[in-house]
Amino acid sequence: MAMTYVQKLLAHACGKPSVAIGDVLEPPVHLAMSHENAALVINQFQEIYAGTGREPNVWNPDRIAIIFDHRVPAESSKTATNQKKVREFVGRQGIRKFHDVRGDVGGICHQVLPENGYVRPGMVVVGTDSHTTTHGALGAFAFGIGATEMAAVWALGRALNVEVPATIRVDVNGAPGPGVYPKDVVLHLIRTLTAEGASYRVLEFHGEAIRTMSTSGRLVLCNMSVEAGATAGVVPPDAETERYLRGHAGVTDALELLAPDPGAEYERVVTIDASRLEPQVACPHAVDNVKPVGEVSGRKVQQVVLGSCTNGRLDDLEVAARILKGRRVADGTRMIVFPASWRIWREAMAKGVLADLAAAGAVVCNPGCGPCLGVHQGALGDGETALATTNRNFKGRMGNPTGEVYLCSSAVAAASAIAGEIVDPRGVL
Amino acid sequence: MATGKVVFTVGADVSTDIIYPGRFMATVLPTETPKFAFADHAEFNKALTSGQVAPGSILVGGLNFGCGSSREQAASCLKGHGLVIVARSFARIFLQNAINVGLSMVICPGIEAEVGDTLEIADGRVVNVTRGGTFAIEPLPRARQAILDAGGLVPYVRRLVLEQPARR
Ligand code: SF4
Repeated sequence: MAMTYVQKLLAHACGKPSVAIGDVLEPPVHLAMSHENAALVINQFQEIYAGTGREPNVWNPDRIAIIFDHRVPAESSKTATNQKKVREFVGRQGIRKFHDVRGDVGGICHQVLPENGYVRPGMVVVGTDSHTTTHGALGAFAFGIGATEMAAVWALGRALNVEVPATIRVDVNGAPGPGVYPKDVVLHLIRTLTAEGASYRVLEFHGEAIRTMSTSGRLVLCNMSVEAGATAGVVPPDAETERYLRGHAGVTDALELLAPDPGAEYERVVTIDASRLEPQVACPHAVDNVKPVGEVSGRKVQQVVLGSCTNGRLDDLEVAARILKGRRVADGTRMIVFPASWRIWREAMAKGVLADLAAAGAVVCNPGCGPCLGVHQGALGDGETALATTNRNFKGRMGNPTGEVYLCSSAVAAASAIAGEIVDPRGVL
Repeated sequence: MATGKVVFTVGADVSTDIIYPGRFMATVLPTETPKFAFADHAEFNKALTSGQVAPGSILVGGLNFGCGSSREQAASCLKGHGLVIVARSFARIFLQNAINVGLSMVICPGIEAEVGDTLEIADGRVVNVTRGGTFAIEPLPRARQAILDAGGLVPYVRRLVLEQPARR
């Protein structure tokens, strides 16, 4: 049977010659990731063992990763106490892939996992975070689950009742022009598919623009796949995957580079000509409400956010710094920068990128989720408008239900910060 | 069969940011999450938290109910009020969380109902008693039925743990 990438990966993981779409499997989990919500996972995990007479010990501490990122450093005593509870559990269980609030190894989970080589092609990765789809960029089948489901994984070491999903193939051809980035590709794709158009499906990325795209860009595509409802996004691994894992993530052991079969059955094929794309902006309050930047230019913005697990990588910071260097964030607009990890923060520091951003008036925060989910480090005032490189613009997402959030690439964010309103970055590149 | 009154209706793509805003995410226990259900819809939240909504009351949702963040609080906060969710479709993670924590919900692609209507939920269909109309229920993904039958994921996994040889 000709199989899609995820079919093949699941067959492989389960030791079967083949699996069909709709088959129900219980694949072994190679990596199980949680952030601060591990506090709830621990609670549910202990609940499972209550009255069993068994010790609540995780199935394999080396396959669990816990990263503090959503509220770092803790914004409240409640969060600090949750983090303390998780820290104690991690110590007791001997979980070593633990990234505490630290300037050496800390960062956002969806950057910490790739840059530490925790994710490899062929893995089954689950995370108590919907953007766990990010890790498909390295050829893993990676999907988000809830806390109780994670407690089950900690107990059993396998994902329960996984239905082999159908796949939508996305072919991205042509080379994007200047000022057009992977973020623009994925926003355009989400508009095409709609917010639930890929529900219960996998997005499998192919085409010339993908083959020439860096891992950093592929992470953007897979990160936002969930915004079309997809269970997972995946880029079949290639030479670039190998380059990133060996050269950047310190992976030395053998890699398993699976590929989809020719003739695999795709439910649908979506084709994008990247060479014809313009910079895109997702308008309030839906990620699929996407327009070319020209249609929303002139919209005043009070807050510009550069960062997150979507666009907080070194290349994003560099693009923004190039635009902002020697210029000034407009009066009446505040720009907040939160790099995706401390490793990126240090690299950007060494290259002078952070200094350029700050000199232009941007506030450079510590790596973490920051204002992305409206908890701290940059809430919106009543009726204010934000332009952000993050991945969600739902009502209330940035901490204020009367605020509005537009989503864009790092270039659109930087150019607009200077103008104080949404502008096409191609004028200042 | 269950009968309940519709107390709230929402449109398509209602995210977990609406159901349970991110700023309350440090609160995790199912005993504590209900007070923040629909926190930014002040009136509905007030009705819920002041005990004006009877358990078994129905929230009618559109397509893709519960999209966005995987936060389980979005399911546990609704369960805490004894709400039944009847929606045109559910986002994947929310649906699983709902089954896992035992939130009552029904996938009903054609549902038409307004606040104040009485709905009768029976095997395979929802009847709008107030304005007439019968709407088919879509079965849950079959892979999930066993968890529902066990009364939620915790008891389901507890049984599996006991079947395993003891560890360490
Ligand atoms: S940066 Fe935003 S989207 Fe990414 S993990 Fe943090 S809260 Fe989630």
